[in-house]
Amino acid sequence: MIALPSAAVRVPLQTAEATTVGSPLLNIGIFGLFVAITLVIVLRASRNNKTAADYYAAGRSFTGGQNGTAIAGDYLSAASFLGIVGAIAINGYDGFLYSIGFLVAWLVALLLVAELLRNTGKFTMADVLSFRLKQRPVRIAAAITTLAVCFFYLLAQMAGAGGLVSLLLGINDRVGQSVVITVVGVLMIMYVLIGGMKGTTWVQIIKACLLIAGAFIMTVWVLALHDFNLSTLLGAAIETSGNAAITSPGLQYGASATTRLDFLSLALALVLGTAALPHVLMRFYTVPTAKEARRSVVWAIWLIGAFYLFTLVLGYGASALIGAERIAAAPGGVNSAAPLLAYELGGSILLGLISAVAFATILAVVAGLTITAAASFAHDIYASVIRRGKVDPDGEVKVARRTVVVIGLLSILGGIGAQGQNVAFLVALAFAVAASANLPTILYSLFWRKFNTQGAVWSMYGGLGSAILLIALSPVVSGGEKSMIQSADFSLFPLSNPGIVSIPLAFFLGWLGTVLSRTTEDPMKQAEMEVRSLTGVGAEKATDH
Amino acid sequence: MGSHPVGPVDGSGAAVDFTKVQQTEQFKELRKRHRSFVFPMAVFFLLWYFAYVLLADYAHEFMATPVFGNINIGIILGLLQFVSTFAITMWYVSYANRRLDPIAAQLRHELEEAAPDAFIDPAGGKK
Repeated sequence: MIALPSAAVRVPLQTAEATTVGSPLLNIGIFGLFVAITLVIVLRASRNNKTAADYYAAGRSFTGGQNGTAIAGDYLSAASFLGIVGAIAINGYDGFLYSIGFLVAWLVALLLVAELLRNTGKFTMADVLSFRLKQRPVRIAAAITTLAVCFFYLLAQMAGAGGLVSLLLGINDRVGQSVVITVVGVLMIMYVLIGGMKGTTWVQIIKACLLIAGAFIMTVWVLALHDFNLSTLLGAAIETSGNAAITSPGLQYGASATTRLDFLSLALALVLGTAALPHVLMRFYTVPTAKEARRSVVWAIWLIGAFYLFTLVLGYGASALIGAERIAAAPGGVNSAAPLLAYELGGSILLGLISAVAFATILAVVAGLTITAAASFAHDIYASVIRRGKVDPDGEVKVARRTVVVIGLLSILGGIGAQGQNVAFLVALAFAVAASANLPTILYSLFWRKFNTQGAVWSMYGGLGSAILLIALSPVVSGGEKSMIQSADFSLFPLSNPGIVSIPLAFFLGWLGTVLSRTTEDPMKQAEMEVRSLTGVGAEKATDH
Repeated sequence: MGSHPVGPVDGSGAAVDFTKVQQTEQFKELRKRHRSFVFPMAVFFLLWYFAYVLLADYAHEFMATPVFGNINIGIILGLLQFVSTFAITMWYVSYANRRLDPIAAQLRHELEEAAPDAFIDPAGGKK
């Protein structure tokens, strides 16, 4: 299992040696400063959190620019920063392929999903999916897929936080890392509980600015050392590594026919997964209009695109200045490339800054995931299904807040339990589930007039079930050297990413369920959804007074 | 949550005949303009993305062909993916501003004037 599906989210797992670089005290100090500043901002932002729209959707008060920055903050997880830089530093060009998939995926969101979704929904993805279909079955299915994606994503981030500290703060033992996971979890619960969507969004914005600024400074620094010439930088990377192949594809995924197919599967999941990630979708509700939703995606595309260009320079920079061998040998392995590069360039201070940013990033992403999961539970399951809509908004927000605490505690426990587990496994599952379980239903319900409840339910459960089943039977879970369970081998499915099977299957099931269904949906609802989605009628009025 | 105008729970749209709106020339034109841009564009960027992915996956030697210095075709094609993503983004924004937003805004105002009660929100929105 060298060809792990998400170098993008691999975070240090091994805690081999007790060596750290830089000064742990300085790292903790800078991180503490970030926490203090953001807590003050969250407290201020939360003063007028009153209605459900305030709590889940920040009163729809953010501008496109602010929301776009927050989307970038949600999307560029620390693991993506550390993971892609590390993947390029060690595997060369094959690491760059991740950046491209992660970026191009945004076109799906921009062209097909963001604005229509903003116009038809209110708080959650299920609002859109159940708009013209039968409420209960579709809402329950959509809430389950949302919770599944969020939960696997959360576990990965929490476990990643534990691994990251082994390198950054010099805490190597299991108990120490568990304490760190608990601290991160408690902080996150505080942010979300106090600040709601507004506070969470501000945390994302601050973190995105810090992360992009930090990466920009390092990029300029690396380029300055190589005459601002990409060719010179690549030459230096080739010289240090002694391998000219690092500038062309195949180093990681070219090994066999299976790894090549695996790469194709990953490419499919990446490009289709992004526009179906519930925590990204929910961000479109924090802006007042579809036009602002469009602006947010445009901002996000520019910021994320720029960031991934930086990671190209940083990855090859780490390869040239530090060398793949030293990176692989450092605690945290491949993921230590970015912090090591920071240390090489700017010593302890820059390392401290970059480490704090990386750590803060996990905190922010975890907060964004938690509020999405809590909203989905309170709004879709509690208010709409259990209470059948007979609950006032205050009651719903109360339930959402309690859910935040429960999810927070579960993810702390899960994060502690998942320590040393294969983090890539969890995030690959999140992306694959999103692309398989959510995207077909989102696209069908927006664009296919005849789509009906049976199609939606088959597609969502079929996509969710097949993605999880195939990953359970993949070499990520058993049979391989880096598997979660090494003692047993039930890896019947050869690929580590299920996308190439489960995504087409979910599209097919959505079609099959629809044509086999005897019941037809209300054509009035279809008309209403289509008119609302394209014109924004009603959706915009809600914020005018 | 039954009082919010968005979402089917409340049936607030009952006052407006959306099927009629759906059949108007103006709405059909808006839908045509939207789909005739986003569908071909989505097909194009997905084909271009997968063409690139397949080349990177199966044509290593082609991708390794040097162009100038240490820059090879693979690096250039990869950077072109960034360029095309930025270009499509800007193209779509300008298209939507010119060709979609005016019609959508007009339809929206007509609908909201015709049935103000259906779209006024007593509970949600900013307070």
